[in-house]
Amino acid sequence: MEHFANLAIRSIFLENMALAFFLGMCSFLACSKKVETAIGLGAAVVFVQVLTVPLNNLLLHYLLAEGALAWVSPALATVNLSFLSFILFIGTIAAATQIVEMAVDRYAPKLYTTLGVFLPLIAVNCVILGGSLFMQERDYSFAESVVFGVGSGFGWFIAIVAMAAIREKMTYSHVPDGLKGLGITFITAGLMSLAFMVFSGIQL
Amino acid sequence: MAAIPFSREDRKALVDPLIINNPIGVQVLGICSALAVTTRMDKALVMGIGVTLVTALANLAVSLVRNYTPGSIRIIVQLSIIASLVIVFDQILKATLYELSLELSVFVGLIITNCIVMGRAEGYAMQNPPLRSFWDGIGNGLGYALVLMLVALARELLGAGKIFGFTVLPLVTDGGWYVPNGLMLLAPSALFVIGLLIWALRVWKPQLQEKD
Amino acid sequence: MSKRESTRYTLLFATAVCVVCALLVSVAAVTLQPRQAASARLYMEKNVLLAAGLLEPGANVTAADVNRIFDERIKVRLVDLATGELVPPDRMDARSYDQRKARGDPTMSRVAPANNAGIGRLPNYAVAYFIMKGDQVDQIVIAVEGLGMWGTIYGFLALDRDGNTVRGLTYYDQKETPGLGGEIGNPKWQALWHGRKGFDDQWNARITVIKGQAGTPEADPLRVDGLSGATVTSNAITRLMQFWLSDKGYGKFLKRFREGKVT
Repeated sequence: MEHFANLAIRSIFLENMALAFFLGMCSFLACSKKVETAIGLGAAVVFVQVLTVPLNNLLLHYLLAEGALAWVSPALATVNLSFLSFILFIGTIAAATQIVEMAVDRYAPKLYTTLGVFLPLIAVNCVILGGSLFMQERDYSFAESVVFGVGSGFGWFIAIVAMAAIREKMTYSHVPDGLKGLGITFITAGLMSLAFMVFSGIQL
Repeated sequence: MAAIPFSREDRKALVDPLIINNPIGVQVLGICSALAVTTRMDKALVMGIGVTLVTALANLAVSLVRNYTPGSIRIIVQLSIIASLVIVFDQILKATLYELSLELSVFVGLIITNCIVMGRAEGYAMQNPPLRSFWDGIGNGLGYALVLMLVALARELLGAGKIFGFTVLPLVTDGGWYVPNGLMLLAPSALFVIGLLIWALRVWKPQLQEKD
Repeated sequence: MSKRESTRYTLLFATAVCVVCALLVSVAAVTLQPRQAASARLYMEKNVLLAAGLLEPGANVTAADVNRIFDERIKVRLVDLATGELVPPDRMDARSYDQRKARGDPTMSRVAPANNAGIGRLPNYAVAYFIMKGDQVDQIVIAVEGLGMWGTIYGFLALDRDGNTVRGLTYYDQKETPGLGGEIGNPKWQALWHGRKGFDDQWNARITVIKGQAGTPEADPLRVDGLSGATVTSNAITRLMQFWLSDKGYGKFLKRFREGKVT
């Protein structure tokens, strides 16, 4: 139990996908102009992450890893298909994104129009694929994958909503012309990232 | 015909992404890996080469089949081509530069979702002839690599006193005079450096500035 | 245009793309696999040399160099962990033995005795590298592993002829936080282990990574400086080192070696 709490806190704060690993930057920078949009996109990302990381974990252990196919037939026990993991992960992510897109279109049409192209772009959002790849590299169990999926998605959600809140306030500041928009956003993100490093002193 | 045809449009496709339409500085694509692998110049170089090769070849392949690709599956077809090329690059890296591949680990796979590759495949290669798409891929890859190397230069030089592992500013711990700027080895510094690079770029080319 | 959008054509096209991509990827994976395995093995053997001090950190060596050093100075043998005896060379080749693979193979491993180092299975045979100086054994290098904060840590420990004093060590495969726990891979921290002892006077495995600074190796042989900000990783190192030095690991073998019963 303590192990899972550790994992959750680490993936939300200490190893925040946006502010420590810099994943999902494109939509992080593009959809953070308004808090409402940020909340919508963040929630969609959490949902896709929670769906895909555990599912990919199952696929990895029962289909791709060395010896995984032994349950089909003992003759296949030496087969190692792990080099196909990238493609398989992307497949599940694309499918999950399609489902989320349809759900949002049906139940929150206003959000659907606001997010526009960035909803289907979740499929290539680095956070999602990064989550699955980290899960593979760190050899998580199924339970750990669920916790990691929730944690990493939620961490990104916190980051983008915070960025949107700051940018909304910054519309009242005098930013130099060359820095307006993208430039100041990068620097703000850098400062947020520095702030999040405070968590690395925590030993769980 | 002895030489490869290289028209003015081809040159534009190759040269524009280097500065005026730089993928990171202007199009805001490919940020994720740009920030994480720029602690050392050798890592940045390998990533830059990888992205350049994948973007160029993916653009070429997507463009070759663009007139045969059904609209309903075009995104997944592009993704399949890109993913296959990245897997091959990853396998080659593991076979030749094993220790570097351990350090680059997750980020090689993330070339698949690198917005530059997808963005150019969907936004350029689907509407343009194969050879020109290839040059566009090279141009964007090189533009990306250029920014990566600049950021890595700042971070490795100021953070460790080295360039490509060769000591330029001798560190105090090795008997020299330079006290390394530890902030540069940490992740946030990449964001600051890119922010400042964008500022410099927009002062140089005012047409890129965002109007309120 | 309508021909391109028809279902039959779409399916045909999708199949064609799949076949081409699959071919490309499979050919690459299969042809490169031997080279990857060779690269992985070279990296591991380099780390054996680093632990034994036969290689400087950061030095560039080729596979040929590594092979030469192995041929000239190193005898690779397998230890039966249950008895502490050496496995006769004709039963199994030690140099090409893959300990990680054996650990996962049910016919070549067994469930580990209860331990706090996160070790689930033990291979029946574990590798031991005898570093020779002329005809005499100068050092023994043993393989150590255990659960760190985020994944399994793999390393090599080089012990002196007395089977107790540390001559060197490396942690070459770990997933700890870079800059914090990841510093176990830093040669400067690894150098702090030189001259320390794994066992106390009663031959209990007692080497410990402590919080804060330890004394000199002469005054404080059983303790090593901790890594600031990396308590979990430091404790993990202590646990895995003590496991592999104890009777559950190489302990029985090291005892036989000390008593001169090993040839």
